[in-house]
Amino acid sequence: MIDPIHPSDDRRVPVSPQLAFRVAIMGGVALILFAIIFFRLWYLQVLSSSQYTQLAAQNVTRELPIAAPRGSILARGGQTLAGTESTAAVQVNPSKLPTSPAARTALYRRLAWVLQIKSRDVNALIKQGEATLPYANVTIATDVSQAQRDYILERAQDFPGVTAQPIYVRDYPLNDLAAQVLGTVGVLNKFDQQQSRYRSVQAGTIVGQSGVEAAYDRYLRGIPGEQQVEVNAFGRAQPTPLPEIQPTPGDEVRLTLDLPLEEEGEKALQQGIGLAQSNGNPASRGAFVAMNPLNGEVLAMGSAPTFDPNIFTHPLTPAQVKALDGGGNDNPPAPQLNRAIQGLYPTGSTFKPITAMAGLEAGLITPETTMGGGSCVTIGNECLHNSGEVNDGSLDLENALRVSEDTYFYLLGAMENSQNPRGGVLQKMAHYLGLGELTGVDLPGEEPGNIPDPAWRAKVDREEAICKCGVADGRPWSVGDNVNLATGQGDLQATPLQMAVVYSSLADAYRNDGYGRVPVPHLGLEIDNPQGQLIQRIASPPGRHIHLNEGDLSVVMDGLHMAASAPGGTSSDVWTGWNQDAVPVYGKTGTAVRNGQSDQAWYCCYLPGTATRSPIVIVVTIEQGGFGDQSAAPVARLMASEWYGVQEKLVAGTSATL
Amino acid sequence: MNLSPIQTLEEEPVAVPRGLVLPFDPLLLLSVIGLGAASLLTLGGATRNDVPGSPHYYVERQAIYLGVGLVLMLVISRIDYSRLRELKYGIYCALIFSIVVVLGVGSSANGSQRAINLPLFSFQGSELGKDLLIVSLSAFVVDRSRRLRERETTARIMLLALVPALFVIAQPDLGSGLVYVAIAFAVLFVAGCPWQHFLALLTLGAVAIALVLVAAPAVGVHVLKPYQTQRLTAFLHPSSDPQEAGYQQLESKIAIGSGGKTGRGANATQTKLEFVPEHGTDFIFAAVGELYGFVGASIVLSLYALLIWRALRILTLSKNMFGTLVAGGIIAMLMFQIFVNVGMAVGIMPITGVTLPLLSYGGSSVITIAIAVGLLQSIYLQGRSAAALKGRVLRF
Repeated sequence: MIDPIHPSDDRRVPVSPQLAFRVAIMGGVALILFAIIFFRLWYLQVLSSSQYTQLAAQNVTRELPIAAPRGSILARGGQTLAGTESTAAVQVNPSKLPTSPAARTALYRRLAWVLQIKSRDVNALIKQGEATLPYANVTIATDVSQAQRDYILERAQDFPGVTAQPIYVRDYPLNDLAAQVLGTVGVLNKFDQQQSRYRSVQAGTIVGQSGVEAAYDRYLRGIPGEQQVEVNAFGRAQPTPLPEIQPTPGDEVRLTLDLPLEEEGEKALQQGIGLAQSNGNPASRGAFVAMNPLNGEVLAMGSAPTFDPNIFTHPLTPAQVKALDGGGNDNPPAPQLNRAIQGLYPTGSTFKPITAMAGLEAGLITPETTMGGGSCVTIGNECLHNSGEVNDGSLDLENALRVSEDTYFYLLGAMENSQNPRGGVLQKMAHYLGLGELTGVDLPGEEPGNIPDPAWRAKVDREEAICKCGVADGRPWSVGDNVNLATGQGDLQATPLQMAVVYSSLADAYRNDGYGRVPVPHLGLEIDNPQGQLIQRIASPPGRHIHLNEGDLSVVMDGLHMAASAPGGTSSDVWTGWNQDAVPVYGKTGTAVRNGQSDQAWYCCYLPGTATRSPIVIVVTIEQGGFGDQSAAPVARLMASEWYGVQEKLVAGTSATL
Repeated sequence: MNLSPIQTLEEEPVAVPRGLVLPFDPLLLLSVIGLGAASLLTLGGATRNDVPGSPHYYVERQAIYLGVGLVLMLVISRIDYSRLRELKYGIYCALIFSIVVVLGVGSSANGSQRAINLPLFSFQGSELGKDLLIVSLSAFVVDRSRRLRERETTARIMLLALVPALFVIAQPDLGSGLVYVAIAFAVLFVAGCPWQHFLALLTLGAVAIALVLVAAPAVGVHVLKPYQTQRLTAFLHPSSDPQEAGYQQLESKIAIGSGGKTGRGANATQTKLEFVPEHGTDFIFAAVGELYGFVGASIVLSLYALLIWRALRILTLSKNMFGTLVAGGIIAMLMFQIFVNVGMAVGIMPITGVTLPLLSYGGSSVITIAIAVGLLQSIYLQGRSAAALKGRVLRF
């Protein structure tokens, strides 16, 4: 096939000058190109190396937080109200899941079968977790049994991307006790992170969502550690070990709450609700507050109905969500609402000491002034009755407070009326003692309430004129408004905590010759480190100074004491058998009339301290609880018994006064 | 039919003269072995995670390719390349056939049909076609060596190169197509084609490029696929579209830049974790740069410089015009691939998808270069023998 080569065609070519020149050109071009590449490499690898190294690092590393164990919340006596426990959790690493949809579905089904949940829920949880914090593990189930954990760990090849390992979860060992006060925790999502309070916190961290958990979050949450993870171009994590920073556990917060009193309060509130129900009232909701009137330390606070905050530390089931948001009820039970600071109610006759002090301070009445005889008094065009249309006769102030004579306070309210936009002496006294403004308690979400005055009425009338939504009837301020307010009815809105502040202010002034303070209620007592050593004591906020006439104040306090102890006193029967000499009770019942509902029961009382116990102000309210004496006052007695270590005794009152 | 060329050679008294110690150019062999070793080292680092469960998948295969290539090279170096001239028509037909067959029945990789999957490796016609084109084109030029100054010669040679080039571009494999054109230019250049012809060809080329890239798309005719156009122009503004065409080049630059002076070795991330695509084939220089830094990249470049230098030297040693032209074609192929590929990796050349000779993973590519180096060795041996017989020993 290959013929001999014809020499003439392919002769040997000596290197001609032309070829030499052209070879030189090729060599020269090669040299120039090599030089260009060389200098380009020099530029990239030597001159700009640090910049590209940085870009490379950005490409491959993602920082994942390591959760810090959250600090405990302790009661005054050191009992744990909220702790952190380690639980066996099943987590899924989304970036290690199989890529094919079919394999994923099969994995979800296997996982759901082992964990006894729906595979739809598994999918939803993973999607939600990925949206909250990419690359991080998503918790599918907590409190996984040893058998379930072993099953998954032994079949690792069947569960790609699934781990069973201990994680920290918030634990409330006493379940629903003081649930609204302690609050809840949850994962900080990107949206909440925009809020100023959590701006510096990384999304995905467990933070307080309400209550003490939110108020003291910066102490409780600790500092998360950081695990760097190397990812490839597709975002899949690599097994390369990178340095990690250990988390710093959160500090402990010790509260002013007295655990036995808190427990007794919650139990007693349920008993009070039971009493109200036995009287035919559809009661189920209420609140109580107990505080030290001298420094504002909240000793107990509770709200019914309640809930178990532990459910928020585990993946929520649809049924639990429904139970929490009331399931479409018009008037949902809202168990997460802390009625002690967020429940706004008219206070009924518990308001009367304010009316009395306003009248005395303004000189409208003297302690000896008697009025209110007959079963009704005429104000404007109406004849206003006592409750039950009883006729207690014309009484002086002390006795009017003792029997809670409405006619006396109707007349006094009419005397105190003023068309001044900010109202008259009554409004002034109510604000002076702490109503109509935030108490400043160290809990989020407190409501300021409202003391109605002519300016407020004008405002709601204007709103009504625009919206026609029934917020007001469009009439101007009248004496009837002031009469209503004088007896704690009508448009008055106050929280149980505000009433505790009012009674504390009166008590403090009473103990100090008329010079007292409006205490700022607070729950934080001290911050301890995780080993329990004191880091910082939380000082009681000083409170605003007030001065009341000493003589006038003692008349009002005597009236309150008579109401709780003297024959005919509205709550005397509730305190039957109480040693009034050792611990006198200054207490006032209240029954707020509410449109379309049963009356709301109230009781506010102050008990001076003993050698072993600090003074205490107790406020109890029960929505639709009927007369204050019949359901709210017995709760206060049970709590007082617990506080002073007296034999507990549930005594239902019989007084039917407002 | 009666004789095998090798036997003929052996029967002739090829007296090995004094001074000619080795039947091959040792520096050329050194550069090839050095580049092969660099390829294995780089693949070992960069492709560890590519095939789950077998970290040495690519290294093992590349080692086999390089071994086969080395044997092939040694065998070819012992053959007198001059005899291939007589097979020019067969070789040219084989060239066209291999490209057309791939176009017809080949499997498509990344949207283009470039290879036929064989049991051991996938056969890329356009790669082997480079060698076939060099040999056949050189043979055609030698045939017309007395009429080199005629325009017709230049036109015919260009036409012979453009036919397979256009087939390859249609696969589409733009890079190899451009290599074919470069080979044709180089063969004509070394043969002594007049400067005016090159000027005319360059003008024609510029007009064609303008037509393909600017004018034709403007009137709705897309000669190149949109991604090809985008790749060709992306290097001018790589940051404008980091997710698309510019992405590869940006990642390649990050990888090379992060390598620094001495490289990141085992800590390399960009090429290992697939930020740089094709880090075993087209972008292997990025892996060299990241793994072994400026030092490693410079060593590789030096080996290429050695290769080019020896090839140029062998060109001048050839015993006949055919050898000179074949060497010229091989030099053009090597230089084009080296500079376009490395230029692409460092971000100063467009992305055209040519392999880096001997470094890029791939059987077709390695074998093609091995055959080319074998031809160079053959030209060297024949040239030295002829000179020795004439009593003239050329020293390098």
